[in-house]
Amino acid sequence: MRILRWIVGLAVLAALAGWGLSAPRPLPDDALAGLDGDVTRGKAVFDAGGCASCHSAEGAEGAARLVLSGGRAFASPFGTFYAPNISSDPERGIGGWGAQDLANAMMRGVSPDGAHYYPAFPYTSYIRANLQDVVDLHAYLATLPADATPSLAHDVGFPFNIRRSLGVWKWLYLRDDWIVAAELTGEEARGRYLAEALGHCGECHSPRGALGGLVKARWLAGAPNPSGRGTIPNITPGALDWSVADIAAYLETGFTPDYDSAGGHMAEVVANFAQLTDADRQAVAAYLKRVAPVE
Amino acid sequence: MKQSFTILAGAVVAVAMAGTVIAQSDGDKAAEAAQDAREAQMDLYAFNLGLLGDMAKGAVPYDAAAAQAAAENLAALSALDQSRLWPEGSGEMSIETRAKVDIWDDMDDFTAKADDLMKAAAAMAEVAGTGLEAVQGQMGALGGACGACHKAYRAPES
Repeated sequence: MRILRWIVGLAVLAALAGWGLSAPRPLPDDALAGLDGDVTRGKAVFDAGGCASCHSAEGAEGAARLVLSGGRAFASPFGTFYAPNISSDPERGIGGWGAQDLANAMMRGVSPDGAHYYPAFPYTSYIRANLQDVVDLHAYLATLPADATPSLAHDVGFPFNIRRSLGVWKWLYLRDDWIVAAELTGEEARGRYLAEALGHCGECHSPRGALGGLVKARWLAGAPNPSGRGTIPNITPGALDWSVADIAAYLETGFTPDYDSAGGHMAEVVANFAQLTDADRQAVAAYLKRVAPVE
Repeated sequence: MKQSFTILAGAVVAVAMAGTVIAQSDGDKAAEAAQDAREAQMDLYAFNLGLLGDMAKGAVPYDAAAAQAAAENLAALSALDQSRLWPEGSGEMSIETRAKVDIWDDMDDFTAKADDLMKAAAAMAEVAGTGLEAVQGQMGALGGACGACHKAYRAPES
């Protein structure tokens, strides 16, 4: 009898712990106190963060990439995710969000009504962003066109369709420390910020474990293409022997040192990086040289 | 007797094989020839882009005459008539190629993207001889034109 009581007691404790563990953890209410958004700087954050690559409509080019109507499908072993509408439409998009809402979404993976987002949205990288950058981005997003396309529901099976379970996933995998933790020059540190935080390179270029967490021991060492065809290349110094100038030129033009050109999703990334400064592209290239080589 | 039988049997086999080859691949042969020509054209793009790009990133010194010549080659290549390069049935479902069948589903868009490359190459040819900065300034537009088509119409390497 006594044992039974213990077992019930432990089960209740475990459930409570699980419930506590899985709770959404937004930023403190005053996290953005004293910060004002700047539209011009926000555009650079937008380009570095690659927002348009996922949130514009499939196949969008040029100015159409600034209409963030959503709808692109992202296949994964857990189901298919659809990028939502994040245009400035107050109903269908995020025009009604404050900067705090955007910061909670990007840096904690928590929606304004307190639900977890799926990590197809790379808050696992954006968690390393500066709050000032998020506030600037918020100011810039407000200047982009509104679009009334409704967001699509994700197509995810049990148990991943229970949003609360993502709290446990976050407990396991959501970290805000840098992957490349060595002493870096100012340029390399800027590159690290662009690559590990805003640019979220690791989300595609690093492999994932069974539960979808990034394998940090193989940071940027390549991964299967989640679309099912081909691979995303190893870009550590163990495999990529391009010079800093080669990498910077690739990020600007899409041309490899053999003058093949980027295709697939990387062409989107190049379209974003082409908008950044030469110094920022050089910084990312300098950072890549400091990543642990993986054969 | 035995020898003539062997010859006869050999001839039968040869004829049968030739028949199969013809039957299965009249269309494929034309498609593969087009694919070879496409690759040759891409190689020529890369060869000429290579000089301009290497100059732009400082890997080789800028030379106005050489840059001008390479840029004019690019412009000429991009303006070649391509009507026989993309026959129906020369996509990845039919032959060994990374050309997506979407090309034939949206030929107007595909052609528009080819026109964009022609414009970008012409713009480079306008300025390539005038200085290194002009070359650097046009590489992004050329890269964008190449990438736009590859993003939409080239399958990943498998």
